[in-house]
Amino acid sequence: MAETVRPSSHQARRFGNIVLQVALVVGVGGLAYAAIVNAAQNLAHAHIASGFGFWNNTAGFDISQTLIYYSSSTSTFGRAFWVGLLNTLLVAGLGVVLATVLGFIIGLARLSRNWLVARLAGLYVELIRNVPLLLQLLFWYNAVLKALPELRGSVALPGGGFLNNRGLFLPRPEFAQNFRDVLIALLFGVAATIVLRLWARRRQQRTGASVRIAWFGFGLIVVLPLVVFVLAGVPLSFSFPELGRFNVMGGVEILPEFAALLVALTVYTAAFIAEVVRAGVLAVPHGQTEAAQALGLRPRTTLRLIVVPQAMRVIVPPLTSQYLNLIKNSSLAVAIGYPDLVQVFAGSVLNITGQAVEVIAITMAVYLAISLVTSLLMNLYGHAVAVVER
Amino acid sequence: MLLALGTQAAVAQTLKAVQDRGQLVCGANGTLAGFGMPDPQGNWVGFDVDFCRAIAAAIFNDPTKVKFVPLTPADRFTALQSGEVDVLSRNTTWTMSRDTSLGIDFAAVNFYDGQGFMVRKALKVNSALELNDAAVCVQQGTTTELNLADYFRANNMTLKTVTFATADEAVKAYDSSRCDAYTTDSSGLYGERLRLTDPSAHIVLPEIISKEPLSPAVRQGDDSWEDLVRWVHHAMLNAEELGVNQKNVDTMLTSNAPDIRRLLGVEGQFGQSLGLTNDWAYRIIKAVGNYGESFERNVGQGSPLKIARGLNALWTKGGLQYGLPVR
Repeated sequence: MAETVRPSSHQARRFGNIVLQVALVVGVGGLAYAAIVNAAQNLAHAHIASGFGFWNNTAGFDISQTLIYYSSSTSTFGRAFWVGLLNTLLVAGLGVVLATVLGFIIGLARLSRNWLVARLAGLYVELIRNVPLLLQLLFWYNAVLKALPELRGSVALPGGGFLNNRGLFLPRPEFAQNFRDVLIALLFGVAATIVLRLWARRRQQRTGASVRIAWFGFGLIVVLPLVVFVLAGVPLSFSFPELGRFNVMGGVEILPEFAALLVALTVYTAAFIAEVVRAGVLAVPHGQTEAAQALGLRPRTTLRLIVVPQAMRVIVPPLTSQYLNLIKNSSLAVAIGYPDLVQVFAGSVLNITGQAVEVIAITMAVYLAISLVTSLLMNLYGHAVAVVER
Repeated sequence: MLLALGTQAAVAQTLKAVQDRGQLVCGANGTLAGFGMPDPQGNWVGFDVDFCRAIAAAIFNDPTKVKFVPLTPADRFTALQSGEVDVLSRNTTWTMSRDTSLGIDFAAVNFYDGQGFMVRKALKVNSALELNDAAVCVQQGTTTELNLADYFRANNMTLKTVTFATADEAVKAYDSSRCDAYTTDSSGLYGERLRLTDPSAHIVLPEIISKEPLSPAVRQGDDSWEDLVRWVHHAMLNAEELGVNQKNVDTMLTSNAPDIRRLLGVEGQFGQSLGLTNDWAYRIIKAVGNYGESFERNVGQGSPLKIARGLNALWTKGGLQYGLPVR
């Protein structure tokens, strides 16, 4: 086609395209600007307060789970925003990790040669992904709440915890000053293991002989910090939860709302990740496995060195979508009263300040930012695991 | 939302818009027994619902020309601001910040309420001051949520708040003993108690920890519409004070008492000054009844709630309800 178009007409067309694109950008930008100005005028006209002045006003309401210091009497709406955001990140972060682990297990199980395992995994996927997440969330929340005993009948857990319909209460670890030494030993152990592994891999590439470093790693990461822990005089104690008149006092508290949301998000997203994993594995030509077997590699080694690296490049892009879904789905927290960003900020703060436009805009921007960062990280990872063509 | 706020032109002409539409759009509760809730046949009933029916009766001489929009506390003000509803009649507390910064105006306090607590009898709690360290279920986006934190702080008590988006969820969680106490306006407590698995196992504590003057609200900027809504309330109050009720309103038309003649439109042009016909109050009383009748039928002795008149008795009987003179 390039041969039939003369250079001058080609340039003219290109120029035309650029003009068109600039016009489009200006048009869309102008429309957005007009919408903002219009909204601001309407708000002023309707005597509705606008702007972000509310950010530093005292919030005045309580939040059931706060990862950072928050007090209803002194903390601001801005502080409440951060509390909600951290709660969202906590449940989304843990959800992504757990859903990935569960999803990979189910996905691989569905490909198992064991008939029962494969069928059970298939049943799981079909059952979970075909029921709306909101219903599952309500099921988990009400099932969790209804099944657990009340305060008086709290289940005392071995080691000094309690389980009842108010949540799971565990002893709170309290670290003494010289616990720092244990952490340093742990960091050293991890770093040394990484160096050891790099050395082992390079040696294998050079000589072909594989070195088993698992026991060295165990010694460096587990035994060494333990020895330091004992030598430092056991710098760790626990504050145990106790049954009060109404509630369990002290200790670490895991809310049933949090548990229900985490379980629902994990179980639901894992079903989709399982299918993504299965698709990725099936996308690796069978000849690759056969070639590996012909070379005498064991099934596990074949999976680790041949199948998974090639499957990952197929898995990562749809996996990213599932992560983004999980993060956005965490806003369903509002249905069961888990204080996430939507519940705290787009709920209580919006209602008390009445500034819907600002609050919703901030909330949307935050979800957008979290999703874009996740997407970026996954793309970087995708590039890292992409098969290098030689 | 940007688009919804673009309907400003309609704001100043609410009455005309309602008349052209042939229907009043009323923001109501939807889940609060006695105040606003559809009955098993799907008919909306309740004290706040009656108020909207009274407005419709005054405008159309037909209390059924109302479309009820169920609203949560979270979306009620946006619905009113954006013009989705003409009037908000949904047990909403009149506070200074709402009055001054939300672009809405409150018409008249039609129910003086206060926040209370409900607990299980088995806890053997007799006072809200014994609730230190208790877990309390509450609905978010309400003055209740703020009063709760204030009350515990003021009495040096700690609490564990569990916040839900709707009253339904909060009550359900309380019922499954996720919380020790449930808090809302005391009128609401009686209504919600009926929905619990075993209502008799729960008591309402005596403390009233806040002032909750509940009032219908309209958009700011249409003063004549606000006047209309306010005078619907005062017409119902005056009717009760003057002994005019649904049964006797027809015979009262021939009354010689000047107050009654003015109220029912036999004398004067009061209806026309609101943009209505002069028999506007007659229509309200004929269709819905006076304030006392609506109260007793929905939340008082004629209802399962059995709420006493208390502060909502007429001023002549020791209460705060004081009908402004039709003159």
